[in-house]
Amino acid sequence: MNKIFPLAVVAFAILAFATLMLVILPAAQIRTVAPAEGLEPYTPAEARGRQHYVDLGCYYCHSQQPRSPEQAPDLQRGWGRPTTPSDYVYDNPHLLGTMRTGPDLMNVGVRMPSQGWHLTHLYQPRAIEPTSIMPAYPFLFEVKQNPDEDDVIVPVPPEYAPENGGTVVAKQSALDLTDYLLSLDRNYPAKDWELRDLGYDREEAR
Amino acid sequence: MSLTIGSMMALSFVVSLIALAFLIWAVASRQFRMDQGDAELIFPGGEGGDHQPDDPTSFGFREKAEPGEGTDTRHRMLLFALIGFGTFWLVFGSIFGVIASLKLNIPDWLSGSAPMTFGRVRTVHLNTVIYGWLSLAGIAVAMFIIPRIFKTHLRGVNFGWAGLVLWNIGVAAGAWAIATGWTDGMEWLEIPRPIDIILAAGGACFAIPLVMTALKRNVHHIYVTGWYYLAALVWFPVLFVLGNLPMHSGVQQATVNWWFAHNVLGLWLTPIGVGAAYYILPKIIGKPIYSYRLSLLGFWALALFYSQVGMHHLIGGPVPTWVVTLSVVQSVMMFVPVIAVAVNQHVLWATNLWAFKQSLPLRFVAFGAVMYTLASFQGSMEAVRAINTVTHFTHYTVGHAHLGAYAFVSLVLFGTVYYMMPILTGRLWPAPKLISLHFWLVAIGFGIYFISLTIGGWLQGLAMLDASRDWLESMQLTQPYLRGRTLGGTLMTLGHAIFAINLVSLLFASRREATPAATGAPATTAG
Repeated sequence: MNKIFPLAVVAFAILAFATLMLVILPAAQIRTVAPAEGLEPYTPAEARGRQHYVDLGCYYCHSQQPRSPEQAPDLQRGWGRPTTPSDYVYDNPHLLGTMRTGPDLMNVGVRMPSQGWHLTHLYQPRAIEPTSIMPAYPFLFEVKQNPDEDDVIVPVPPEYAPENGGTVVAKQSALDLTDYLLSLDRNYPAKDWELRDLGYDREEAR
Repeated sequence: MSLTIGSMMALSFVVSLIALAFLIWAVASRQFRMDQGDAELIFPGGEGGDHQPDDPTSFGFREKAEPGEGTDTRHRMLLFALIGFGTFWLVFGSIFGVIASLKLNIPDWLSGSAPMTFGRVRTVHLNTVIYGWLSLAGIAVAMFIIPRIFKTHLRGVNFGWAGLVLWNIGVAAGAWAIATGWTDGMEWLEIPRPIDIILAAGGACFAIPLVMTALKRNVHHIYVTGWYYLAALVWFPVLFVLGNLPMHSGVQQATVNWWFAHNVLGLWLTPIGVGAAYYILPKIIGKPIYSYRLSLLGFWALALFYSQVGMHHLIGGPVPTWVVTLSVVQSVMMFVPVIAVAVNQHVLWATNLWAFKQSLPLRFVAFGAVMYTLASFQGSMEAVRAINTVTHFTHYTVGHAHLGAYAFVSLVLFGTVYYMMPILTGRLWPAPKLISLHFWLVAIGFGIYFISLTIGGWLQGLAMLDASRDWLESMQLTQPYLRGRTLGGTLMTLGHAIFAINLVSLLFASRREATPAATGAPATTAG
């Protein structure tokens, strides 16, 4: 080959074709999909919590996309039914995830509905599951000698209690993050089933 | 809009017609008419005759500089700066990689502050090694090779300096933003959009000198390395700008995310590595690649297939079946370009093992080229649904990513830097033993890293699929393998420190007079 311009044009055209196939055509199918019945927009607190989930990088270890029963035992583990594009309409940025160093969280609000559990777990995961390798997030909490009345007090077992005494109290960021986690509920019936990857499903299941 | 089989067929028909028109034009204008002689364009004497093996460290300096060889001081200084800053980001990013790995071994270590939490440390690691190290070193290599294959000097050096400043500001600001919690929140696209504008401007400044030089070339034929580099200069800006446009949400954003992320590997990092290997391997050995015509197939098949593999990151996910299947098929089709490149490159160095033994730069590049073949084969297999169901969501994928971005691209870049620095400075490496130490540290370190994550990830995947086992087991069983990863990563990081020391040591090396190239090749070398 000995011409630059045609090389550049064909290289560009091939990428444009790939973009058509991987971005534009799927977008034509799923971009305008309506939210599933039962899916609520995030409240301001949940949206702030979601932002913490993003900026602390929770999605590098937790996926939000249960697999179909034909592929994996996600449903049996209590992670919920397989999801479809209409379950993610309010998500920006998307948090589908690529790793399960921790469990899938698409329905963690259903599986773990207690605010206190989440606050303790965020403060010190090993207080709940000794072998956990999840980071602790002590900077989302503060230790007070005399908590105010409207402070949310976090139950912490003695071995993880602050060294100088005092009570662990959740900061707004921990409360918001917990609100977001509790909001994760895709327990309603699935919509637009044909818009998810059915590559593992048996013919009769479709 | 509903996609019917009919509309897809109509689309395929139109695209085929356009492609056919281009093919007829290319054949008619003899674009594909090239022979083995064109592969010898990179040697000083040109086509025909015997070529000297070329690596100052092993075979001594050549008497005469080549056209396009960095005779211009400003050009040389720019290359040093690019490599210097690239190496800084390499060491910086590796340290963050080791910290992130250690955090999975000792989760309560450094957990007191948000910037040092795992999710941020891991992300600073990825962004600094991809955009800091690989991109800057890749641009340095391109700015070294492009003038040489076009037999002219580098034009627009000042743009290169502007690019260097902007790009470094962008990477530093990006790392700072991620550490402080300002992120766009998508893998490979974390750097916030305002900072992306700085990177885009810097990238444009890097592209201008390369394109200007290509337009002023003194040779008719464009050598294969030039195809990869020129195409990558078209691809990366399109990817980077479209990937960062804030116009997507939900699952549709996920398709954009993985279209971008896999194309950064396939259409940016891979051309950097493959292009450099296509130049350095024949150059050091003094013999052309095995089949120059085959490289044509390798290049266009890479462009066609690699650009469509991204959705294999969403197998089993909430995206339409047809687009996932398309990416699975294209992933498997990647065997075609990879085998073409493998035949061309591996036959050359494997039939010239004397050079492999003598030249340390060649050892890095040949090792990297082999890793490209292995990484791609592994990637094609991982995209097959039956295998993906085990490996997806596990540390196996992390091992694969490092096989490609590290063992392939980084090692090719190490070798290329070790080859080019003596030529640019007129100085020999003062301590070749340290180059050897660098090689063995990263080779053994990477071996430990890769084997740990591959075995650990596979077992993790099997455990996750087994309904009779608690999910927690799949995490607990990875523990010893994650410690192995930390060990391997630490050895690799030590190797990078040695690399930095080698570069600094060149400052204190004495300038040698150019000596006539010693013939490193034995009298009878199998061709």
